[in-house]
Amino acid sequence: MNIPKNLGPEEVAIKPAPRPARSLRLKNTLVGWSFVCIASLLIGIFYFYPMVQALILSFQSGTGVHLSFVGFENYVRLFQDPVFLTTVKNTVIYLIIQVPVMILLALFLSVVLNNKTLKWKGFFRTAIFLPCVTSLVAYSVVFKYLFAPDGIVNMMLLKINLVAEPIQWLTDPFWAKITIILAITWRWTGYNMIFYLSALQNVDRSIYEAAKIDGASAVQQFFKITIPMLKPIILFTSITSTIGTLQLFDEVMNITAGGPGNATMTISQYIYNLSFKYTPDFGYAATVSYGIVFLIVIFSIIQFKAAGDKK
Amino acid sequence: MKRPNKVIGYLFLSICAIISIFPFYWMVVSMTNTSADVTRGKLLPGGHFIENFKNLLQTVDLVPALSNSALIAVGTTVLSLLIASLAGYGFEIYRSRAKDVVFNILLLSMMIPFAALMVPLFRMFGSITPMLPFIGIDTLSAVVLPTITTAFLIFFFRQSTKMFPKEILEAGRMDGLKELGIFFRIYVPTMKTTYAAAAIITFMASWNNYLWPLVVLQSPEKQTIPLLISTLGSSYSPDYGMIMMAIVIATLPTAIIFFFMQKHFVAGMMGSVK
Repeated sequence: MNIPKNLGPEEVAIKPAPRPARSLRLKNTLVGWSFVCIASLLIGIFYFYPMVQALILSFQSGTGVHLSFVGFENYVRLFQDPVFLTTVKNTVIYLIIQVPVMILLALFLSVVLNNKTLKWKGFFRTAIFLPCVTSLVAYSVVFKYLFAPDGIVNMMLLKINLVAEPIQWLTDPFWAKITIILAITWRWTGYNMIFYLSALQNVDRSIYEAAKIDGASAVQQFFKITIPMLKPIILFTSITSTIGTLQLFDEVMNITAGGPGNATMTISQYIYNLSFKYTPDFGYAATVSYGIVFLIVIFSIIQFKAAGDKK
Repeated sequence: MKRPNKVIGYLFLSICAIISIFPFYWMVVSMTNTSADVTRGKLLPGGHFIENFKNLLQTVDLVPALSNSALIAVGTTVLSLLIASLAGYGFEIYRSRAKDVVFNILLLSMMIPFAALMVPLFRMFGSITPMLPFIGIDTLSAVVLPTITTAFLIFFFRQSTKMFPKEILEAGRMDGLKELGIFFRIYVPTMKTTYAAAAIITFMASWNNYLWPLVVLQSPEKQTIPLLISTLGSSYSPDYGMIMMAIVIATLPTAIIFFFMQKHFVAGMMGSVK
């Protein structure tokens, strides 16, 4: 059939009979809208309406249902709140250490796996992807036990004499953050690797052949060919990872419960605590949630800019 | 590739593979051992499997939690697929400028973190609870409702619809099918792989969802599997063998889906990029 691709069904339908065109077009428009209306309505109700509610809430304060308008008081409190500032610091630390480490690791893995002559490729790929099948809560509990003071990880480190005494993986402020970072990296590296692997399959191998003839080393090929070629997908994965990390909740809640002190607490967890653990202050919790939204927008813009400038 | 490079490559892959698999090995082995053996660092299977299973059944309400999780996950998957595919199809087939604007607005919702939504959502469900108790706080419907529509899934279906041969739709119209008939009789059957991939991502997300059920479910008999595991994991004197048993049971459904539908599984995860 020779129907031009951009032509919608309404245009096709009106050609033979021009007279009832208007009513038919209207009918078709209505049909089209009826297909998309349920989803649009539900997203409106469960995403945009709550965000408007949260905005209104963020100007209110009080406990539980007894709320009164306080103007910008919550926002002033936000910037003086040491717990909020700690949670932002923690979240940003996870972000700027974990995301680059994971992405580089995933890139290395995909480059090594993309080698045509490699044996047991399927096994390695499946094994490294496997952590993705676990639920966040389940793997977090496993990691909590693995990294316990008398857990397997310390046992192994002691056995090979890498450390003289057990590392306090969960109760030392520094090591607790490392544990969280290790856990997230374990869970998500394989996921990102799959994206890079499929992108690499579309890269023309002759580019590498040419580079090899020109005497480029493996390291040079990685930084000069692979990374630039995969830039769009690296941008995509770094944005999704950033949004994911800024929302971090399940892991921290189940591995360290935010402790020791507030050393590993994330912004999401603080919102949860403000609303459901401490005396509920929904107004201030809503203010903190706008903090996350703000950070997500900022980091997404930074990444887009960073990717765009290098062009 | 040169020899030393190759050796380094294999070494690197092997270390990563071992680190990836070890926690799985440990949890499977530990579910057959006593708690004391697990603490001692035993890494070989033991004979405590049945004992741990019995303990688990006695300590927690495993079966109700499994059925709650299954109900929620299946309900969410069926409804999400229906709603998102109708929308994805509608946005692509009946494309218009106004609909593209709406579509772009819907995409914006992907930037909204759930943590920002949970307080207003909780209050919303709280305020409708007296009027509509069956979808209010502490019901499984309240868990399902806010999660059935995601812009991601609509986007996923729209992208897949781009490959759909539009000529077939015309043929359907010639045969006198109504627009909705075309969708259900022609579109749905031809897009089976897209539906499979979408079903896998939705089912997994729902099965593993933690924060929203934690907020909205309150009574113990409404507990889902992630809530149950989280409670077990935070106990002061944990029975490791038993907890590992619970974790393995919780992971089993998604692991089975992964091993039997690996192609769709990966396709679902990557859906957003194509």
